[in-house]
Amino acid sequence: MKPTLPLEELMSPGHLACQGCGAGIAMRTTLKALGQDTIFTFPACCWTVIDGPFPYSCLEVPLLHMAFEATAATASGIKAAMDTLGKGKTTICGWAGDGGTFDIGLQALSGAAERNDDIFYFCYDNEAYMNTGIQRSGATPYGAWTTTTPVKHFKKEVKKSIDDIVAAHKVPYQATASVAYPEDLYKKLIKAKDIRGFKFIHIIAPCPPGWKAKPEDTVKLARLAVQTGVFPVYEVESGKYLQTIKTAKRKPVLEYLKLQGRFKHLKEDDVTDVQKLVDLRYAELEKRFQGC
Amino acid sequence: MKKVMMGNHAISYGATLARVQVIAAYPITPQTQVVELLSEIVADQKLKAEFIKVESEHSAMAACIGASSAGARAFTATSAQGLALMHELLHWAAGARLPIVMANINRAMAPPWTIWTDQNDSLSQRDTGWMQIYCQSNQEVLDSVIMAYKVAEKVLMPVMIVLDAFSLSHTYESVDIPDQALVDKYLPAFDYKYKLDVKNPHTYGGLTTPDWYMEFRIKMHEAMEQALVEIKKEAPVFQKVFGRFYDTVDPYMVDDAETVLVTSGTAASTARFAVDQLRAEGKKVGNLRMRVLRPFPFADVRQQLKNAKKIIIVDRDISYGYHGIWAQEVKSALYGHSQVPVFNFIAGLGGRDIFPETYYNIIALVEKKDKPDQELYWVEVKK
Ligand SMILES: Cc1ncc(C[n+]2csc(CCOP(=O)(O)OP(=O)(O)O)c2C)c(N)n1
Ligand code: SF4
Ligand SMILES: [Mg+2]
Repeated sequence: MKPTLPLEELMSPGHLACQGCGAGIAMRTTLKALGQDTIFTFPACCWTVIDGPFPYSCLEVPLLHMAFEATAATASGIKAAMDTLGKGKTTICGWAGDGGTFDIGLQALSGAAERNDDIFYFCYDNEAYMNTGIQRSGATPYGAWTTTTPVKHFKKEVKKSIDDIVAAHKVPYQATASVAYPEDLYKKLIKAKDIRGFKFIHIIAPCPPGWKAKPEDTVKLARLAVQTGVFPVYEVESGKYLQTIKTAKRKPVLEYLKLQGRFKHLKEDDVTDVQKLVDLRYAELEKRFQGC
Repeated sequence: MKKVMMGNHAISYGATLARVQVIAAYPITPQTQVVELLSEIVADQKLKAEFIKVESEHSAMAACIGASSAGARAFTATSAQGLALMHELLHWAAGARLPIVMANINRAMAPPWTIWTDQNDSLSQRDTGWMQIYCQSNQEVLDSVIMAYKVAEKVLMPVMIVLDAFSLSHTYESVDIPDQALVDKYLPAFDYKYKLDVKNPHTYGGLTTPDWYMEFRIKMHEAMEQALVEIKKEAPVFQKVFGRFYDTVDPYMVDDAETVLVTSGTAASTARFAVDQLRAEGKKVGNLRMRVLRPFPFADVRQQLKNAKKIIIVDRDISYGYHGIWAQEVKSALYGHSQVPVFNFIAGLGGRDIFPETYYNIIALVEKKDKPDQELYWVEVKK
């Protein structure tokens, strides 16, 4: 059988991610696409820890750790330096969690997107502040338990549409992806690498401890997120939407919810509410997929 | 070449001559002309640099940190609220050992809103690991930017060049613009040994346990101590090339002075005028201008103040519930070395002018006292 992804690894074993960490899979796949001529900057997030404590690192590319809200601006700075130093070919990436993207880093993200700086901005989305112990973020979906949205008062606000926020900046390329579809992510990155300007990649990355799910269910959950329409996978190139993983017949969200302890408290009515929210959002996107 | 220019443009020319490679800045009064001129110079391709017009000062410093980490000479400028917004990243730049140079135009902190000078903005960043150099003329501003990169890149610590809002930033003075060839000879290109390099990949700033954290910190402290040595070493080297001498402190008639006024920034030039007048009246007064706050020049301060009978520190800043900040600094340097009474005056906050009369009043008050009977004295405040 011919492998569907390069066998070369730029992320070594011995990293500190939990078992079944989606964020780890996201990085591993990303590196396969971007290769050695790549520089990363991370804000505070789980990946601060996953990479390994000083003096270790599981990545075979240069990495600059940075403050929580500064990812995009830092990547812009690195890029500007590389350009003046005649090393403009190197791919520069900011790599942040959902908290560092949807919330505290949104301003810097917006700034870099508006300037159309020639960088990649990755958001691996585990839908909460995991590094500090599973607090809600702007990416936490309606209905979820977190340590700051306890079961009795589960999250009542819907997930922020970060992709629409980025789209409003008219960036040349943006995509969503799921760690269950590494070939899709790989293909998108290979294409995006050659696009000049701001590239935003939003990857759903299940987190077993934060989602109260089984580590062995990570890929299943990441797939169900797509198949249920909870997290549609698509790309937007110069404003044109393309659904890259088709979900003609969507599965009911319950299949996705029931594998996760963070939704265990939801009653039938609540699940219906979640389904409605997902349907609404999906319908909105579907129109864009059809180019209406 | 001599040119009449405002202090803010002296910064821009200094940065241009230093051949900065990445500039990231955000506008704030009274800093705006610094970046306006620089953006024009870059757009005209008179300087080969990238100018990132960021969306905040926090991002300005973040971009400088990214750029410097990648091996470029990085520059920014700000004031007051902008500097305060950068606070987290000031620690980051220093902790990451990046030789970034930034100009800070001293502007008083809000509320209430103000745009005029005092030094609380920069002095409250004292412990972030940045060198701080306070200037009193536009020439000194331009020269200090160039010198700053030399010292910063030797010891790998960032430098803040500090100047007063309006009384320097917007005041026109004649400034000698040194030849680019001379500057290039004095300041070699930035060759950063620890840059982000895809051929030699390393991780910087990662999670560090108690086993190693302190070792990073002692290295920063040692670098700052070395910075003091370098500043002293650079003074004659710079003088030889450019004909101007800048030390850690700048004494004026202190050798035989019985009373020394310790000041910083533009308040020093007024103090010197006052000293001349008081000397004409037969009063043995001198002025010590503090130029470098960090690394603190203990030996120079002690040496310059060793003959004084009374020391007066005039602070254009205040640590609420304590002293002026320069007073704390100077007093702690003198502790155990001197028994001389030290008087602390708070003057000129929020851009209130410090006139020669301000100093005459201060001297008149101190003449009546053997030692201070208050922790500090407020000058010319309405009751
Ligand atoms: C300015 C600032 N505020 C708060 C923190 C604490 N903090 C570190 S990581 C983190 C949560 C990160 O969440 P996210 O971006 O979603 O990444 P994850 O941990 O989930 O991977 C927080 C709140 C910080 N480091 N800096
Ligand atoms: S807490 Fe979640 S995101 Fe963080 S390392 Fe563990 S599995 Fe990965
Ligand atoms: Mg998260």
